[in-house]
Amino acid sequence: MSAVAEKAVFGTAPATKGRSTGGFWRRVARHVLRDKAALFCAAILAAIAMSAIFAPWVAPADPYKTSMIRRLLPPFSPHFILGTDELGRDMLSRLIYGGRVSLTMGLAPVILATVLGGSLGVIAGYFGKHINMAIMRIIDVFYAFPSVLLAVAMAGVLGAGIVNSLISLTLVFIPPIARVAESVTTQVRDQDYVEAARATGASAARIIVQHVLANVTGPILTYASSLVSIAIIISSGLSFLGLGAAPPIADWGLMLNTLRQAIYVAPVNAVLPGVMIFAASVSFNLLSDSLRTAMDVRA
Amino acid sequence: MHLYILRRLLYTLPIIVGVTIVCFSFIHLAPGDPISAVLPENASPQVVAEIKAAYGFDKPLPIQYLKWLGHVAEGDFGTSIMTHRSVVSEVLPAVANTALLAITAILLGFTIGISLGLVAGFSNRRITDRSVTAFAVAGISIPHYWLGMVMVVVFAVLLRALPATGMGPAGTDVWLFTADDLRHLILPAMTLAMIPAGVLARSVRAMVAEVRRQEFVQTLRGKGLGRARIFLHIVKNAAPPILAIMGLQFAQLLGGSILVETVFAWPGTGFLLNAAIATRDLPLLQGTVIVLATFFVLTNLLVDILQTAIDPRVRRA
Amino acid sequence: MRDRGGPAQPLLSVTGLRKYFPLRGPLGNVNAHVQAVDGIGFNVMKGETLGVVGESGCGKSTTARLLMHLIEPDAGEIVMDGDPIGQGGITVRELRRNVQMVFQDSYASLNPRHSATTEIAFGLKVHGMKAAQARQQAHAALRLVGLDPDLFGDRYPHEMSGGQRQRVNVARGIALNPRLLILDESVSALDKSVQAQVLNLLADLKDRLNLTYMFISHDLNVVHHVADRVLVMYLGKVFEIGPADSIYAKAAHPYTKALLASRLSMNPAHRVSAAPLTGDPPNPVRPPSGCRFRSRCTLAETICAVEEPALNDIAVAHQVACHAVTPGSGHSLARGIANAA
Repeated sequence: MSAVAEKAVFGTAPATKGRSTGGFWRRVARHVLRDKAALFCAAILAAIAMSAIFAPWVAPADPYKTSMIRRLLPPFSPHFILGTDELGRDMLSRLIYGGRVSLTMGLAPVILATVLGGSLGVIAGYFGKHINMAIMRIIDVFYAFPSVLLAVAMAGVLGAGIVNSLISLTLVFIPPIARVAESVTTQVRDQDYVEAARATGASAARIIVQHVLANVTGPILTYASSLVSIAIIISSGLSFLGLGAAPPIADWGLMLNTLRQAIYVAPVNAVLPGVMIFAASVSFNLLSDSLRTAMDVRA
Repeated sequence: MHLYILRRLLYTLPIIVGVTIVCFSFIHLAPGDPISAVLPENASPQVVAEIKAAYGFDKPLPIQYLKWLGHVAEGDFGTSIMTHRSVVSEVLPAVANTALLAITAILLGFTIGISLGLVAGFSNRRITDRSVTAFAVAGISIPHYWLGMVMVVVFAVLLRALPATGMGPAGTDVWLFTADDLRHLILPAMTLAMIPAGVLARSVRAMVAEVRRQEFVQTLRGKGLGRARIFLHIVKNAAPPILAIMGLQFAQLLGGSILVETVFAWPGTGFLLNAAIATRDLPLLQGTVIVLATFFVLTNLLVDILQTAIDPRVRRA
Repeated sequence: MRDRGGPAQPLLSVTGLRKYFPLRGPLGNVNAHVQAVDGIGFNVMKGETLGVVGESGCGKSTTARLLMHLIEPDAGEIVMDGDPIGQGGITVRELRRNVQMVFQDSYASLNPRHSATTEIAFGLKVHGMKAAQARQQAHAALRLVGLDPDLFGDRYPHEMSGGQRQRVNVARGIALNPRLLILDESVSALDKSVQAQVLNLLADLKDRLNLTYMFISHDLNVVHHVADRVLVMYLGKVFEIGPADSIYAKAAHPYTKALLASRLSMNPAHRVSAAPLTGDPPNPVRPPSGCRFRSRCTLAETICAVEEPALNDIAVAHQVACHAVTPGSGHSLARGIANAA
């Protein structure tokens, strides 16, 4: 066929010059990187996380070393930049070490709940009908409890401790994630390209993994990321009630609890750990917001 | 419409049953024997068996559940191990106290949140928008128990203006309120109000901004409608989802006031829950959780029905 | 799949195909059915293009999906080149290797997270091909539809125009080397100029790859252009089936005539004051008794309400389901017609 005829039959220049602009996640990353507020938050989180991970080298003092004569020293005291707590331990070191427990207790339940709840939701959404009803009704029962109540009740029943509060927090977050996963999967399942995939004779497992998941993980992860800040708040809250980390472990929520008695004597020390919780929570919140707007934008 | 209500009610019943099953399982999830709190020291196996039989713990689980459910349906939640009074007599006054706090907080939060949201949504100045958004983000990210502590530090410790803990002498008899009661109520209510204020400020702002952009608003302006009338149109259209959010926030507040109540030693359900956990008083724990969860479910149901009445577009299965 | 029975044996033979969709009441009980496809039968001959026309909701798309077993039929038999689908014959998986579908170009007909190559290679890998070879085949398919794999292979759907996306749809359809390609409104969403390109491409591919087409569309002019035979559906039933020229020139069923008459014409001499077809199709949950078209048919008589007309030959390979043209049916207009040869 001549070049002219070929053009007539097969069409003219392509819609965009050259090759592809990259996959979905690359575009999302580009958008987030351009958001200054999000970058700032990421930097804060990185600082907290890094100092937590490298705590033995970063912290100026031993977080467990008590000293009866040096109790409740105010900030800017010599050797103790942020002062000391009610047992004479260095606040800065305890805050840095506290990051280990508090951040883990915030991230781990959300990650676990995303995997478990996400799988449940995707299965319920893809197969529909009876499987959907069975799974989602059970999920709805747990949804009937307010989050804090469920977390506290479960932690109360299982007993105090980090592992138990991890379990109860995971249980609290599985229902909302499962719901989001089910809702998104149901939308995706009805699209033509899923039908086309079924038309090739592929098994359900293959279709879910190769077609559905790619389109569904975006919204699920965005939603999950918005839960991290809540997780940090609730897990610190559990420690605050004495249901999470036990003394003498350094944990921001627990520190708020033990320093409460000193609130009249050393108010600034008493509220310091909360600043860390607040900072971490806000940063995660803004980052997840940026992620959400990045995903709404089509390049 | 009525069919929809019927369907929702029918659907809620199994949920409540599920809630009772979860609450029932609390006793058996707890490590250790369910009756260890009641057992005398060094009880012989015979005594243990007798006590077990007396409490009905020797029967199979489903039978235990049904018997327990029967009691609960009659309003008998058992006896508190700690105080030896009926659980109901402990829980009900606590619920009233929490309700007082929650309702005050919700009114405060809604007023602040909606006003800020409206201001930001209708204003065209970036700085207003930015500051309200910042406030909203702070509201939802802040650990409210910490905020409570900060409030105590500022107003009770430093300024000595308000009491740090406790409830006013008049209790829940609102018509007997004096200034002293209000002084005790302000700090916890303000603290609890922050989260709904933040959520609402953000939602209202987003809804108003979106509705303003929609074409029918431009059409209204083209027709020469005055600004006040347009304002009303916009509010009417933005209202339904906002009302849903308000309902949900109220429901969450009822169940989630535990931490703030602990900070302010407010004698509500949260405080009670704390005490029950500390003393491993399982009947009290169960009773409190069931009451709170049921309130939550019913409030959600009410919100759903109200929302369908207002906005026929929303009709969930 | 090799050719089994020679050119005379139909590639696909459908009898008694039925699908009712249950409707649920407010409490979840089934209280009615949408009679989407109600006992239809037809053949698809090898190497032809069978056009399927009808108004929205007549059951064309449902029929296509039933043929591919994307929806489970309630009743009926499908025979592919002499082998029945189901027990004893071909499995559904084998059926899907031989019958593929090209969807209407919506944005959602291609996975937004898959590049063109990945999307096409998926079906090949499902049937056992290794990744590298699947990629090769996918590129070959892209070339066949006129897209350069180097330029388009790694592109995502949002980076392509409508016509290009539709070509990828076609490439996905032919990648498995099917014998029958079902085109469900495949050009309806495209601009006219792009439509022409894609239709020419399809014609070219049909010759090159020895394909058989089932072309579903509501656009009668396009169907006239591409189809060898035409099948007319209405409310889940087949009303007329026959050679394209025969139907377009001498349609026998009043419904077909009305459909053809309602086409817009560029000829200023053809002015119509009254619409040839009025109203909407009746409720598929409670179709009229007897002939389903009788509520809109100008020729309806008592016999039409009593008895449902069956497909009858009125000319060579031309069948119609209408009492008015079938001798011996009892319809007043049928009395004067001699028996078909």
